[in-house]
Parts: sequence; C-alpha cells; structure tokens
Amino acid sequence: MTSFLRSPLARALGTGAAVLVAVWAVDAALHDLFAQNPFGGPRPAPEPEAGGIIGWLLAKQSEFYREMSATIRAAKSDGSVWTLLAISFAYGIFHAAGPGHGKAVISSYLVANQETARRGIVLSFASALMQSLVAVLIVGIAAWALNATAKTMCSAEKVIEIASYALIAAFGLRLVWVKGGAFIRALQASQPVPAIAGVPHHHDHHGHHHNHHDEHGHGHDHHDHHHHGHGHAHAHDQVHGEHCGHSHGPTPGELAGPGGWRRGLAAILTVGIRPCSGAILVLVFALAQGLFWAGIAATFLMGLGTAITVATIAVIAVSAKDVARRLSAGRDGGGALFMRGIEFAAAGLVLLFGAGLLLGYLAAERTTCF
Amino acid sequence: MGMRALFGWLLAAGLSLAAGVAQAHPHVWITATSELIYAPDGSITGVRHAWTFDDMFSAYATQGLEGKTKGSYTREELAPLAQTNVESLKEYAYFTFAKADGKKERFNEPVDYFLDYRDTVLTLHFTLPLKTPLKPKQLVLEVFDRSFFIDFQMAKDNPVRLVGAPAGCQMKLERPNDGTASAQKLNEQTFMNGENSNFGMMFANKITVDCP
Repeated sequence: MTSFLRSPLARALGTGAAVLVAVWAVDAALHDLFAQNPFGGPRPAPEPEAGGIIGWLLAKQSEFYREMSATIRAAKSDGSVWTLLAISFAYGIFHAAGPGHGKAVISSYLVANQETARRGIVLSFASALMQSLVAVLIVGIAAWALNATAKTMCSAEKVIEIASYALIAAFGLRLVWVKGGAFIRALQASQPVPAIAGVPHHHDHHGHHHNHHDEHGHGHDHHDHHHHGHGHAHAHDQVHGEHCGHSHGPTPGELAGPGGWRRGLAAILTVGIRPCSGAILVLVFALAQGLFWAGIAATFLMGLGTAITVATIAVIAVSAKDVARRLSAGRDGGGALFMRGIEFAAAGLVLLFGAGLLLGYLAAERTTCF
Repeated sequence: MGMRALFGWLLAAGLSLAAGVAQAHPHVWITATSELIYAPDGSITGVRHAWTFDDMFSAYATQGLEGKTKGSYTREELAPLAQTNVESLKEYAYFTFAKADGKKERFNEPVDYFLDYRDTVLTLHFTLPLKTPLKPKQLVLEVFDRSFFIDFQMAKDNPVRLVGAPAGCQMKLERPNDGTASAQKLNEQTFMNGENSNFGMMFANKITVDCP
C-alpha cells in the first residue's frame, strides 16, 4: 500500500524537483554567459559578442529605445512617422523577450490551468493592448488634460505599481487555492481506494472551476468564487486521465463563452494594469514635441510587438505542458497527479512573483520617479 | 526517462525565459562629470556631480512645469524639481559608492544642488559630502545604477577632476564596456546573490585615486 502510494508521488515530486533544478541551471547558464560577455549596454563591447541571448536582447532593445527620441524629433520636422512606428514595433518585440513579470504571470497562469495555446495568444494580445491603453490614459489624463507634473504622474504610477503587484499576489493566491485543492485530490485519488471517474467524490469548499465544464455556466462569478460552496469538483481526469491523454483544441464556445472570457479577464487585468515605463516616457516626450498622436501610435505598436513575443512564450509554455501531458498519460494515477503537481507549482510561481514584487524581493522595471 | 528529461528542459527553457528575474534595460541616460573635493589638509571631503539627462527624460521631468519664457527654465523655476530629484536619489544611495582603502564610506545628504536646462536637456548638480573626511591611500568611487534603469556614462572630456588634491595623487577612470571595468571579474556568483541586485555593476564607472 505504501509503495503504491509512494511511487506516483515520488515520481511527481522527483520530476518537480528536477524541473526546478533545470530551471535554475538554465538560468544560471544564461547568466554565466552574460556575465562573461558584459555587453548589453548601449555601447557595444569592443570584443566580439558571443552568446548571451539576454545580453543581446538587452543591447537591441536599448538601441531601439534610444533611437525613439530622435525619430520623434525627425517626425516633427518632416512629418513622417514610419521610422518611429517601425522602431516602436521592434522595441516592443525585444522588450517583451527579456524576462519580466507579465510574461511570467501569463505563462504560469496558462500552465496552471487547462488552457489552450489559442487562449494564450488571445490573453497575450489583450493584456498588451490593455497595457498600452493604460499608458495612454495616464499620460492623456495627467499630462495632456490636467498638465500635471512628472511628480504627480509618478505618484499615480507608483499607486498602480503597488496595485498591480497586489493583484498578482491575489491572483496567485487564488490559483494556489484552487490548484492546491486539485493537487490534494489527485494525491488522494492516487491512493488505492478505487475512485469512480466522473463522480464528485469530495465536496471540497472550492470548485475545480478550470475544467471543461465551465461553458455550461454555473452562474457565479469566476473571479472570486473560491468562497462559493458549489463543490463541483469533477474527478474527471484525476484517476484515469482521460482528459489528459488527448489535446483539446478550443471550441468556439469555450473561447467566446462568458465564462471563457471571464476566466482570462483576471489574467489580463493583472498583467495589463501596469504600464511600461518606456511607453510613459515616449508618450510624454511626444506630447512635449506636440506630437502626442505619434506617441500614441508608437505606444500601440510597442504593445503589438510585445504581444507577439509574449504570445510566442505563452505558446511555448502551453506546448511544454502538452508534452508533459502526453508523456504522463497512461501511467495510471501518477500521470494525473504529475499534471496536478505541475499546475500547482505554476500557481505557486504566480503567488511567489506577486509576493516577491510586493515585498521588494524581486525588482521589476522601475517607475520613472526621480 | 529520456523523454521526461527532454520535457524538463523544454519547460525549463520556457519558464526561465518567461520568469527569470527582472532585468531592466536603461530608460534614462546620464552623462556625468564628477569632482572630488579635497580640504586644504589633503583629506577628501566629498564628491560634486553634474549629471546631464537625455532629452527624453528631460522632457518627462519638465512636464507640467511652466517657465516664464517658453521652452526654457531658470534655476529658480527648476528648484522644486531639483529638490524632488535629490530626495528621490536618497533611496538609491545617490548611485555613488565609495570605498576608502577597501572600507565602505557613507555620504551625508546632498548640498548645493540645483538643476539647469540647456539645449532641451537638464543637468543636475549636487555635492555629496562624505560623513567623515578621509585621507586614504586609495579611494575607489563607483557610479552606477544597480538595476540598470539608468545608464551612467562619464563624459568624454574631463569626466573626473580632482579639486585641491595633494600633489602626487593619481586618478584612474575605468568605464564600463571598455574591457577594463570590474565587469570582467564578475561571475555567476554575482547573479546568484540577491536576484541580480548587482546586475548594474557591470555598467559601473570606477574612479580610483591613489595618493602617496
């Protein structure tokens, strides 16, 4: 009995640990490469640049960003904004490719939930769009309409910053709550007591609301329903993993249904509420040049570039999970447990990010407050 | 197991790309000149910085400020902004890190600070007095932003001046990315400590003064 319990559990834990070590190793390797090649500054190192993806990305985005003020000035004198728009787009792509909490939250959210690549793309675009919109609104209201000073604007940014970190933490907490429950149920299901698939065998006080039955609508708010006692804890894939074995493309209903959108809305809000400092600076600069509209156009193109990169990362994350699902399918019990473990870990990651940012252990992009 | 290992690496690559630690790239560029101020007895009393911001940040910082003449600001008109600047800089230890004979030294709050506005850019002038004036054999002063939100570059011409230094003192400036900076000595250990908090060190400007 103990060995039966131990084997899938040990496997899940062991693989989880292996993944953590792998993450750490890759991270360290990248840093190591980067450390040995200290380019990445706006002035390239005299020695040939080799390795260090992140360094290269940093150098590129730095380059593009630096060109932005010159291209806005150029647009002012000759009225052509095409260069500015092209550079903004490229900057967006490169900016998002570097590490940052937005991508982390979206990817972790997708992994934590039974989300599809398609939804990942939609979420990425929606959150980037919202990010651009927030930047335009802040500068539009504060600087353009109220002619507020940088100090005032920066106070607004700081409030939003704190709020966004709190949102990430809250979002992570909710995910941990839900996914932790699913993980525990999977643990229990992996015990040799035969559970019957499809029959809710535990009336837990939190619902397994990320399953495929959502589109049927349970008529309650998906954002804060961990207080609800519906307990529609479907044990549908915890025992035999039927739902884990095949990849499920989104049905139009799943994406367009009210539940479908509402599920993602929290992620969009969490990521999109915090504007990019770069966008704010560009907007204010464009405003000062009397070319606010060009700044707005540039901001949205930055957002488009960002969305493309974030969507790519999101698809990679979802695909990785799909691979895991296929690999673990058929290993009765353990596979489902393994998947729940990954989801739980991803949920924990979101919570850690939020808490880390909120408590200042993790540094995000700084606001432009001086 | 091979497949699972492969998957592990896939996920790891995805996650480390996605998560990692926040590494900013510069949004603000500062061209700096620094003066090291010496007392008549040969002890060093403080550092006087002049930091010129890039035009984008200058436009941002002056947003909402009304000058008497459009497009220009006097020192008086910029006084509140200068006040805000030096107050905010405290949180970042003024981006200035001093070591006298290997021992960390601290600064008092800035004095004699003001901003001027010329050719669409702002320059912040301020003096950082050392808590205790010193007479070290070697003084090392580093100017950089740990998180690399600001990119500090020492000016091309006369980046560092020694004011009233005893005869025989030698100044050496190491710029980032010129192959001499301390960046070369960094290793992955630097990155493992405290979530890359010292990331910006790779972009440090290092001023070394050796006195007899």
